[in-house]
Amino acid sequence: VSCLTRRSRGRNYEAELQKFRPEPFLVEFGEYHPLKPIMVTDTKTRRGARKGSTSSSSSSSSVPTDPLSSMLDGTDPLSMFAAASASEAPRMQHSTSAGDLGRRKRDKEEDPLGPDFEPWSSKRGEILARFTTTEKLSINLFMGSDKGKAPSPGSAVSEKVRTRLEELDDLEEGSQRELLNLSQQDYANRIEELNQSLKEAWAADQKVKALKIVIQCAKLLSDTSVIQFYPSKFVLITDILDTFGRLVYERIWTMCSDPRPLPDGFTVDDVNDTAKETCLNWFFKIASIRELLPRLYVEAAILKCNRFLSKTGIQEILPRLTAMIRGIGDPLVAAYARAYLCRVGMEVAPQLKDNLNRNFFDLLGTFRQISGENVQNQLVLQRVEVPEYLTLYSPAINWILQCIAYRAPEVNVSPCVHGSHSALLLNSVMRAFRPEFVAARATDFIAMIKDCDEAGFPKHLLFGSLGRSLACADPPESERLTILNEAWKVVTKVRSPQDYINCAEIWVEFTCRHFTKREVNTILADIIKHMTPDRAFEDAYPQLQSAIRKILLYFHNFSVLFSIERFLPFLDMFQKDSVRVEVCRSITDVFLKNQVEPTRDPVILNAMLHICKTMHDSVNALTLEDEKRSLALLIIGFIRMVSFGRDFEQQLSFCVEARATFCNLEPVLVQLIHTVNQLAMETRKVMKGNHSRKTAAFVRACAAYSFITIPSLSNIFSRLNLYLLSGQVALANQCLSQADAFLKAAVSILPEVPRSISVEGKFRSSENFLLDFINNFLATLLVVPDHPEHGVLYLVRGLLNMVQDYTWEDNSDAKVRVYTSALPLLAAMSQETYLYSIPKMDSNETLYGGDPKFLSEINKLCETLIGQILDHLKALSKDESIRRQGALAFSLFGVVLAHGDLRNNKLSQLSVNLWNLSHKHGYCETRMSVRTLECIKHQAQQHDMTHLTDVVQRLALQSRT
Amino acid sequence: MSVNLDIRLKRANKVYHEGEVVSGVIVMVCKEAVQHHGIFLSMEGLVNLQLSSKSVGVFEAFYNSVKPIQLISSNIEVAKAGKVPPGKTEIPFEFPLNTKSNKVLYETYHGVFVNIQYTLRCDLKRSLLTKDLSKNCEFIVHCQPQKAKVVPMPVNFSITPDTMQNVRERSSLPKFLVRGHLDATNCVITQPLTGELQVENSDVPIKSIELQLVRVETCGCAEGYARDATEIQNIQIAEGDVCRSLPIPIYMVFPRLFTCPTLETTNFKVEFEVNIVIVLQDDHLITENFPLKLCRI
Repeated sequence: VSCLTRRSRGRNYEAELQKFRPEPFLVEFGEYHPLKPIMVTDTKTRRGARKGSTSSSSSSSSVPTDPLSSMLDGTDPLSMFAAASASEAPRMQHSTSAGDLGRRKRDKEEDPLGPDFEPWSSKRGEILARFTTTEKLSINLFMGSDKGKAPSPGSAVSEKVRTRLEELDDLEEGSQRELLNLSQQDYANRIEELNQSLKEAWAADQKVKALKIVIQCAKLLSDTSVIQFYPSKFVLITDILDTFGRLVYERIWTMCSDPRPLPDGFTVDDVNDTAKETCLNWFFKIASIRELLPRLYVEAAILKCNRFLSKTGIQEILPRLTAMIRGIGDPLVAAYARAYLCRVGMEVAPQLKDNLNRNFFDLLGTFRQISGENVQNQLVLQRVEVPEYLTLYSPAINWILQCIAYRAPEVNVSPCVHGSHSALLLNSVMRAFRPEFVAARATDFIAMIKDCDEAGFPKHLLFGSLGRSLACADPPESERLTILNEAWKVVTKVRSPQDYINCAEIWVEFTCRHFTKREVNTILADIIKHMTPDRAFEDAYPQLQSAIRKILLYFHNFSVLFSIERFLPFLDMFQKDSVRVEVCRSITDVFLKNQVEPTRDPVILNAMLHICKTMHDSVNALTLEDEKRSLALLIIGFIRMVSFGRDFEQQLSFCVEARATFCNLEPVLVQLIHTVNQLAMETRKVMKGNHSRKTAAFVRACAAYSFITIPSLSNIFSRLNLYLLSGQVALANQCLSQADAFLKAAVSILPEVPRSISVEGKFRSSENFLLDFINNFLATLLVVPDHPEHGVLYLVRGLLNMVQDYTWEDNSDAKVRVYTSALPLLAAMSQETYLYSIPKMDSNETLYGGDPKFLSEINKLCETLIGQILDHLKALSKDESIRRQGALAFSLFGVVLAHGDLRNNKLSQLSVNLWNLSHKHGYCETRMSVRTLECIKHQAQQHDMTHLTDVVQRLALQSRT
Repeated sequence: MSVNLDIRLKRANKVYHEGEVVSGVIVMVCKEAVQHHGIFLSMEGLVNLQLSSKSVGVFEAFYNSVKPIQLISSNIEVAKAGKVPPGKTEIPFEFPLNTKSNKVLYETYHGVFVNIQYTLRCDLKRSLLTKDLSKNCEFIVHCQPQKAKVVPMPVNFSITPDTMQNVRERSSLPKFLVRGHLDATNCVITQPLTGELQVENSDVPIKSIELQLVRVETCGCAEGYARDATEIQNIQIAEGDVCRSLPIPIYMVFPRLFTCPTLETTNFKVEFEVNIVIVLQDDHLITENFPLKLCRI
């Protein structure tokens, strides 16, 4: 072999590999691989954690796992925080200003209630959302002119003068206010302001002012002028009362904690006299409040403080307050006062059940007032219908019943649901009692619902409540069908679409839970029938959506789900774009979570394609990037789930169809190209590398698919990488001309690469991306045989020309770095046997067989490159760039050393010069130099490398000084 | 040079009985030493009588009879002239609560025309150029528990248009019937007034039912007297048109300071009454009066 003409040193890759292969080293599987732990978390968290994570992670489980995304799934710190704060939130809300001590205490004391008691805080939001109004509200506050306050011992001034002075004071405070024409939101804001000023007054030690605020707020509860807002008003105002109760309790508690804090189970004897006196003062002050309602509410608010005064106080006060409520004339106001008392009672003394019952029976006793003249007049005046009025009672009664039902022994409810307004009560019974209790007696309840009087409370609400219980607890199996039939008989007769859907939506869950697709289909058909006239569905999107959610919860087998005849027509009711997309999105989400096996079921494919198309078609110019990304991820997930097994052609035609359908989402197109490439490789695997005529044609079709799809992408780097990848796939499948076309296309679009690209919204220089790509490309070029019609090394030259012409950034070494990295390629090309090759594919090694002409071409090219590099190095000898000069020189030195044949004098001289140049200005890292030297010495010991010894001797280490 | 003077009683509730010892400390806080000419402490119990403006004209004649009646008085010098050292100084003191010969210590009472008040007063005398400092502190005297047993005597009542007095046109009155009872009219001052009432029927809706606590104060002597009834407090027990035939509790706590055991002396009297006031929606006012006898046991 003509060693003279070959400048790169000859390599025996096999021998080198043998020599440098590390000692075989037994490792235990569990510990060795750095990616291993990630895989472990992955398998564990795959199912559970997925739900909590963002919707964008929707790759389905059968797809080979992506270590990055699966790691995020398991331990995503953000979602963990979110989860933690979500569980924290109710508590925070509960005690906004309370000290830590107080909070801890409260938690302890709520213990007897246990976690199975649904707390008030969870009802709050529901009530606020449900009882709203568009009427104007008013707040009437008379601060300071509180007549109930006992007159101060002013003995010198006469009564008249004193009241006059007081009035003056009031005006100064500006405290007599009447706020009219408030919207509901304004009202809530005002109340919140009052809550704030209560806290401020308390903090500023203005206890009397604080008490006045609370009294005025409680007084607002006697005003029923906008009655449909009353339940929400109750919620807002009792918040203030709770705040007040907590403030007083905590203040007295801190008064006793002087030497050491009170134990949790403290008794009256642990409380010091000052604290007792303060506490007693509060009670005396409250006992002298003139009006009934404020006196009642405020005393209830600080009920807990009785613990400081006597052991049995609460036991005696609760019945008294209960009796006091009888003095409230308005039945609605009274019912809510009872609810508040029961709430406070449950919190402070849950063991006192008698009181709850007494409240309940008093409530029953006053029901006759509802049909009384007073209430009826009020309803006429406010134009409120009786059924609506009755529903206003529900939250209060529900709460009272829930308190009674909590851990209560079995009760027979039927006696109390006879008599007037039994429907209202029955409704509350079903809402408040444990679902299991209701479910077990579902048939009885249906009978009772049928029996109760039609007047007032609408029956569909009753069936709604029953359905809600049955959705959480199962009735006896034998009764289920009867229950459904009975219930649906009533539901389907409801006239108003809004009432109908509210009720029907609840029963969807029961149906899905216990019955098959046939029954669900019937229900869906009924819903469609009711909701289509007059486009009633437009006002019922939330309910319809919730129905879909429930169906998805129970039907995980999508071939069954999509074979429900009315399911897709049901989807068609979502005609508002945003809602429809959201529904499609949730369906796809569930599909990806539950579809384990790839599928070819035409029913699923058709339906899912339709759904994905809907999502895709929602994308327009205004769609946000994130939105697009998440939609694309969902669609990609679906595409990955499609597999026709060995029927590759059908798979390809699916991809063709999908490309036409999803042309607006680039990530989907990218995925489709990957899928097709994978398809080609699968074919190759099946044919064990030997394509038949038919399969050869098929893989060419795949290549053609990629080739015409890639140009439609806008992202230049996606295009480049996909060209390269598709070229590699084509090479592997012996499609030479296709591969050539791909690689040529890649080279030809190189000049289009912009100098900066946007990465995650920021503009970055594209240089590093481009260098990475070019290196990758060069590595592929080793195995690409030259085209017979073009000259030697056509592609390499073409690439280098493009690099030369490309407008690199000013002051950039990128071009030279490409040249430097092209040298190893050229060296590798000049070997007799190539480092790697593609099976059944002849590369240049076979084509040229070490032809000296070929080698001299390579040498010429190398010389040109090295010449270019050296020119550049020279140009860098200015002060500000000598550091870069050193680094570049050192990297060229490395290349020459590794790939050049240093027996050639010119080359060894060049390497010595480069070494010196890189050390000239002392910017070289000494440790690196030392290790390089050691390495060379080590190599020199091998038998055919002795010439290196001379070189080493000429390489001097220069210390930085 | 400023001194902060304060009197602190040992008992948090400041309540003392005859024969007990009122004890506490005088607290002085100052930044630098303060020169003084002696610190004095005095205790005084007074009954202040006042004539209502209505009756001033008539009773100017016996002006003398309304001068304050002293119940107890004593003085001590706590410290001789000298210096108060900087920082916090506490001087403890004790006063025996004993009456002069035949006087009785009435219970503390804050009223309109009659005031019974016990105070401690601390004076810090200083040189001519600086003002004397003084500090007042009221303490509360409860009279000795009554020996005799109080047997609660329930009082039943029934209010109808026929039981009303003071009515101009009985025919224009709407029909109503309110029945109920008070558990007792001889009440223990520390216990609430209790009872029940129920509205059996009423033609006109009810607006409100209230309990009005009234003091009746009498000042005078042999020549004549002034008797005035004024409201102490008004407690609403029912609001709105209450449910018929449902017993509504009557419950009222007697406010401290503003009530005392019913008192009858040669110069003045303090008595209490309660009115049950029913306000109808057409603003008819129906009042039923019950004299009370308060005592302490």
